[in-house]
Amino acid sequence: QHPVGEVTRKHMAVRNILPCYIFGGRIKVLSRNPDDYVRETKLDIQRVPRNYDPSLHPFEVPREYTRALNATKLERVFAKPFLASLDGHRDGVNCMAKHPKSLSTMLSGSCDGEVVWNLTKRECVRTLQAHEGFVRGMVVRFCGTSFFTVGDDKTIKQWKMETPSYGEEEEPLNTILGKSVFTSIDHHQKEGVFVTCGQQVDIWDEQRSSPIRSFSWGVDSFSCVRFNPVETELLASCASDRSIVLYDMREATPLKKVIMNMRSNTLCWNPMEAYNFTCSNEDYNLYTYDMRYLDKPFTVHMDHVSAVLDVDYSPTGKEFVSASFDKTIRIFPKDSGHSREVYHTKRMQHVISIKWSSDNKYILSASDEMNIRLWKANAAEKLGLLAPREKAAVNYSQKLKEKFQHHPQIRRISRHRHLPKSIYGQSKELRVMKEARRRKERNVRKHSKPGSMPVVTEKEKHVVTVVN
Amino acid sequence: MDDEDDEELQRALADDIISASEDEGGSDDERKHCKLLEAISSLGGKKRKKLTERSEASIQVSEFTVNAEGEGDKIHLSDLIGTLDKTPSALIKTKKQLKNLQHNQSTLETPLTRKETEKIQREVAFEKTSKEVSRWQSVVLQNQKAEQLVFPLNQEPSGPKRIEQVVAGWKAQTPLEQEIFSLLRMNKQPLHDPVLTPTEEASLRAMSLEEAKIRRAELQKTRVLQSYYEAKAKRGKRIKSKKYHRIQKKVMRKEYLKQFDEMVKTDPAAALEELKKMELSRMKERMSLKHQNSGKWAKSKAIMAKYDDGARKAMQKQLEVNKDLTQKLVIPADEDEEDEEESAETLPDFVNDVEPILDQVNPWMRGKLSTEPMMEESNRLHPPVWPREVGKPGEGRDDQEEDEEQMEETEEESLLRGFEERRKLRQTEDVKVSDDEEAGLSNFTSLFHGLVNHMEPPADQPKAGPGLGQGESPALLEEGLVRVRTLEDVELLSQDISASDTALLTTRDLGTEETDTQSATQQADKKRKKMIDPNEVLTKEAKVIEMPLAPTAVEDVEDKEEQRVIIKEAFAGDDVISDFLKDKRKQEEAGRPKVIDLTLPGWGEWGGLGLQPSRSKRKRFRVKVAPPPPRQDQKLPNIIIAEKRDSSIAAHQVCQLPFPFENPIQFERTIRSPVGRTWNTQNTVQKITAPKVVTQLGAIIEPIAREDLIKDIRQAVTGPSINLESDQGPQKKRRSQQKKKKAS
Repeated sequence: QHPVGEVTRKHMAVRNILPCYIFGGRIKVLSRNPDDYVRETKLDIQRVPRNYDPSLHPFEVPREYTRALNATKLERVFAKPFLASLDGHRDGVNCMAKHPKSLSTMLSGSCDGEVVWNLTKRECVRTLQAHEGFVRGMVVRFCGTSFFTVGDDKTIKQWKMETPSYGEEEEPLNTILGKSVFTSIDHHQKEGVFVTCGQQVDIWDEQRSSPIRSFSWGVDSFSCVRFNPVETELLASCASDRSIVLYDMREATPLKKVIMNMRSNTLCWNPMEAYNFTCSNEDYNLYTYDMRYLDKPFTVHMDHVSAVLDVDYSPTGKEFVSASFDKTIRIFPKDSGHSREVYHTKRMQHVISIKWSSDNKYILSASDEMNIRLWKANAAEKLGLLAPREKAAVNYSQKLKEKFQHHPQIRRISRHRHLPKSIYGQSKELRVMKEARRRKERNVRKHSKPGSMPVVTEKEKHVVTVVN
Repeated sequence: MDDEDDEELQRALADDIISASEDEGGSDDERKHCKLLEAISSLGGKKRKKLTERSEASIQVSEFTVNAEGEGDKIHLSDLIGTLDKTPSALIKTKKQLKNLQHNQSTLETPLTRKETEKIQREVAFEKTSKEVSRWQSVVLQNQKAEQLVFPLNQEPSGPKRIEQVVAGWKAQTPLEQEIFSLLRMNKQPLHDPVLTPTEEASLRAMSLEEAKIRRAELQKTRVLQSYYEAKAKRGKRIKSKKYHRIQKKVMRKEYLKQFDEMVKTDPAAALEELKKMELSRMKERMSLKHQNSGKWAKSKAIMAKYDDGARKAMQKQLEVNKDLTQKLVIPADEDEEDEEESAETLPDFVNDVEPILDQVNPWMRGKLSTEPMMEESNRLHPPVWPREVGKPGEGRDDQEEDEEQMEETEEESLLRGFEERRKLRQTEDVKVSDDEEAGLSNFTSLFHGLVNHMEPPADQPKAGPGLGQGESPALLEEGLVRVRTLEDVELLSQDISASDTALLTTRDLGTEETDTQSATQQADKKRKKMIDPNEVLTKEAKVIEMPLAPTAVEDVEDKEEQRVIIKEAFAGDDVISDFLKDKRKQEEAGRPKVIDLTLPGWGEWGGLGLQPSRSKRKRFRVKVAPPPPRQDQKLPNIIIAEKRDSSIAAHQVCQLPFPFENPIQFERTIRSPVGRTWNTQNTVQKITAPKVVTQLGAIIEPIAREDLIKDIRQAVTGPSINLESDQGPQKKRRSQQKKKKAS
C-alpha cells in the first residue's frame, strides 16, 4: 500500500495546497492562488475576504439606524462653528470685500477708515484712512491688484492692493469726486467698469471721471447695487421706495422694477444660476426671485426676527447666508423656506455685513461692536486635510443622516439649536402673531360671501406691483 | 524761482475764485481753504507734490467760453436752399426733394411722450434680456438634478503635463542642442509648445476621439439597419401569397399617408409635388377597371354574395377601396379634422377610466361597492374591480369605436404574423436564421405585443398625490434655550419628548404601524376602509351579540333623514356590523398564542416519506406559550384596539409619509436597502455615499462662466450623445458624467 496521506501532506507543505481527496485513482486538489490573499508589500492593507450574504449580516436597518443616530448626536456635539474674531476696528464695521484671487485676504471698512486683513494669521496687515466718515462700500477689482471704496465724503477712491513700500505715502491711485453720497459700489466681473449708487445708479469707466451712464427712475436713493456675476452686463439695485430695479448695462433705460411691501436692504445674485437673486428685506424675510418673473418671489425665506441687513451666496450657489439686526446669522438652502443653521454669540451685536468665502468653507460677519467674526460654513465639519478613510466615514455618516432624516429622534436632534432668550421669545411671539392673523383671516373668510375674499399665498402677499 | 512761486500762488488764487463761483453750495470751502494753505506753505521752497485729483467736468460753464452767435434764431429751410442755389454742383435730386418739402403742408404726427417711449423701450429691453438669460435654464436644471457637482467647475485635467508646457521660454544653448533643433526644423518637426506636427494637428482638429466613436457607432447602426431592411425586402419579394402582398400594400399606403400629413406641415413644397403624384395615380385608378367589381374574381364573388357573408364583405371592401382611391383630396379642410381625430386617439387610456375614488366625502365610496345582496362573503372581503366603462355614455361609445378599429388592425397584424410564423418554420427546417432576421422578427413581435398591450388598460398608473401634504419642511430648526454641549446632553435631548410631540404621536397611532411591514400597511389600509359609522347604515340587526345599536344622536332635520334612507337603500346588502365583528375576531385570533411544534422527524426513530413522528414525541416537543394579558378591547364590543403598537419603539418610528415619497412601500424600500460597508462592496459604497457637492480645499470657486453655456449649446448642436461609457470602469464613468455636467 502506498502511503497516500504522506504524499499529500508533503504536497501541501510545498505548494500551499489545502485539502486533497482521492477518487478512483485520480487526485483532485483544491488550491488557492496566493495572489488572492498574500500582500505584495508589508505596507499594503491586509486583504479581508468578505461574504456579503445578507443572511450573515442581519438587522441591517436597526444597525444603520443606530449608526445614524450616533452620527447625528456627534454632529451636534462637534458643531463648533466659531473660529476667530478679528478685532482692531475702532468703530462699527460697515462693509467687507472678498479678494477674488486670494482666499486669505479680506478687506473691511469701518465707520472711520478701513483695514486689510490676513485671515490665515488672523491679523491686520494694513490700515489706511480712506474716507472722512463712513466707508459705505468697497469692492476689489476682478484682477485683485486694486480696490475701490466709496464713502460719506462723496468720493470714489481706487487703491493699490500692495502695501506701499517704506517711505512711500499711502494715497489713492485715483479719486473721483461725486455730487452726492455713494452708498454702494460693485465692480464688473471682467471689464474695467464699475457701478455705484446713491441718488442714482451710475456706471463708470475706470479711465473716466464722469459716469458713462446714469439710471434713475423716479427714485432718489438707492441702498445697494450688484452686478450679475454670470450675465455680467446685468445689474440689480435696491431703492428706498421699497423697489428692486433691474438694469442692463447696454440699454439706455432700466428694465423693470418690482415694488414690495417693505424696503429691501441688499441683494445678491446666485453665482451659478444667472437669473436668480435673493434680497434681504426689512420685514424680517428674504426673497428669492427669478428675474424673468418678478410678480412673485419663488421662495420666501423666513426665520429672522428682525430686519435682514445683508445676504451673500455661497460660491456653489446652493446656499446663502444672511445677517440680521437680531444679532444672528442664518444659513438658508436656496430653495428652502427656513434656515438650516443659526449662528450667534453673546457679544455679537447687530450684524451689518456678511460674506461667504470663495472656497465655500467659511463665513465672515461684520457687526456693530467693531469685530469681524470668522465662522465655519458647516458647523460640524472637520477642517484641514482628511485621510481617505476619514473622508469615507464622513460621507457614510452624511448618507446615513440623509437616509434616516425623517425619523423623529434623528430629526429632533439634528434640528435642535440653542438660541438666546430674547430671540427665542421674539420668534415665539412672532409665531403667535402670525397664527392669530391667519386665524382671523380664516374666520373673516368663513363669514363673508364665498369668493369675495380670495386666498392670497404667502409669496403673493409681499409684492405690491411690478412696474414696466 | 520766486517768479515761479508767485505764479503758482496766483494760479491757486485764481483757481479758488473760479471754483468758488462754480459751486454755489460752498460745501467744499474747507477743502479749498486747505488747498490754499498748502499752496502758501509750498512757497517756502519745498516742491509740493501735487495730488492727482479728478473732479467732475462742469456742465454749466463751457471750458472755452465759446458761444454760438445766433443761438436763439431759428434756421429756416429756405436759408439752406438758398445756399444750394448758389452752388452749381449741388445735386438736382436733393434740390427737388427740398423744394417738395417746402411745399408740403401736412404736419407730422406728434411723437409719443417721453414717458411712453421709455416704457416701450423698457419693455423691449426686458424681453430681450430675459430671453438671453433663459438660455441658462437647461444648465441650471441640469445642475440641480446632477447627482454630484464638483467645484470649481472648470478644473484643469490633473496628471502629468508635457514638459513644454511646464518649462516656458527654454532655448537650445549647447551646440548639440542647437544641432538637434536645426535638424528638427529641417524636417518640419514641432519645436516649442505644439508638440504635434501640423498634419497631426489638422487630423486632431478634424475629429476628436469621441466624435469618431459617435460616428462609428452611427455608421454601424446604419449598416445593420440597411442589411436588415435588405434582407426583409428580399424575403418579402420571395413570398408568393397575394393576400400577403395586398395587406402589405395597404400598410404601405397607410404609412405613406401618415408621412404625407407630416410633410404638409414641415415641407409644403414637397407635399405639393406628392399631391400631384397622388392626383395622377387617382386619375389612373379612375381610368382602370381595378376595384370596380368588374373582374373575374368580383363576378364570382357577386354570385356567392347571396349566400356567403364573407364574400359580400369582401366586395364591399373593394368598393370602399375604390372610393378611397378615386376620392379627390382636399387637404386644408381635412387637416383640422384629422388633427382632432388624432388628438382624440392620443388621449391616454386613463381618461376613460373611472376614478378609483369618486367622492372623497362619502365614506361609502371609500369602501366596497356591493350592490348585490346575495354576494358571497369571500367576494366581499376584496374590493371589487371597477368596470372599465362606467364613465359617461358618450365616452363609452368612443371607446367601442376605438376598439373596433383596433380589432381591424389586429386582424391584419395577426395575418401578417401568421405569414411570418410560417416562414420562420420553413426556415428553421432549411437554414439557420441569421441574426439580423431574428432581430427583425423580435422587433416585429414586440411591436405586435405593444399593439395588443395598447388595447388593454394599463395595470396601475402611479398617481402623483396632489394632496400630499408636505408637512413641516425638514429644514425647520427647533430652536430652544438648551445648549447642547456633550453627548449626554444630546442623549437627554432625545429622551425628553415634549408634550406636543406625544400628542402628535397619539393622534398618529394608526400611521406608526406603516413602517412595520408591508402586510401591516395593507392591514391598516383595510382598516381605514372599514372605518364607517355603523349607526348610519343599520339594515340588519346583528344576531350574535347584543349591544347598543340605537343611534346616539337623533337628527331632527328631515333632509338628513331622507338622505340616510337613501343611503340605506343603496347599500341594503351591506352588513357592516358582522364585518366588523369578524374583523375583531380575526384580530383576537391572531393575538392568541400559538403552540410551537419543535418535533424533528427522524430523531430517535425512522424517518422518511409518509412517516409521521410518533404521537408521544410530538406531545413531548410541543411547547405551549403562556396566554398573554387580556386584550384591552375585551369589554368594548364596538372597538378594536391594536395591541401591536409598542410605545417604546413608536418614539423612533416615522408617523407620516415624508414628502418626496408617494407611498409607504417606496419609503420602506429606501430605508431597507443598507448603504454600509458591511452589506455592500467597496465600489458600491463609494458610489452610494458620494456627496452631492464636492469642493476642493483652498480652491477659489468662480461663478459659472458664459463659456460653459456656449460649450453646452455646441454640444447640443453636434448631435445626440451616444452612451460610450459602458466599457469604462466606474471611476471613469463618474468622471465623464461630471464632465458632461460641467459642460452643460
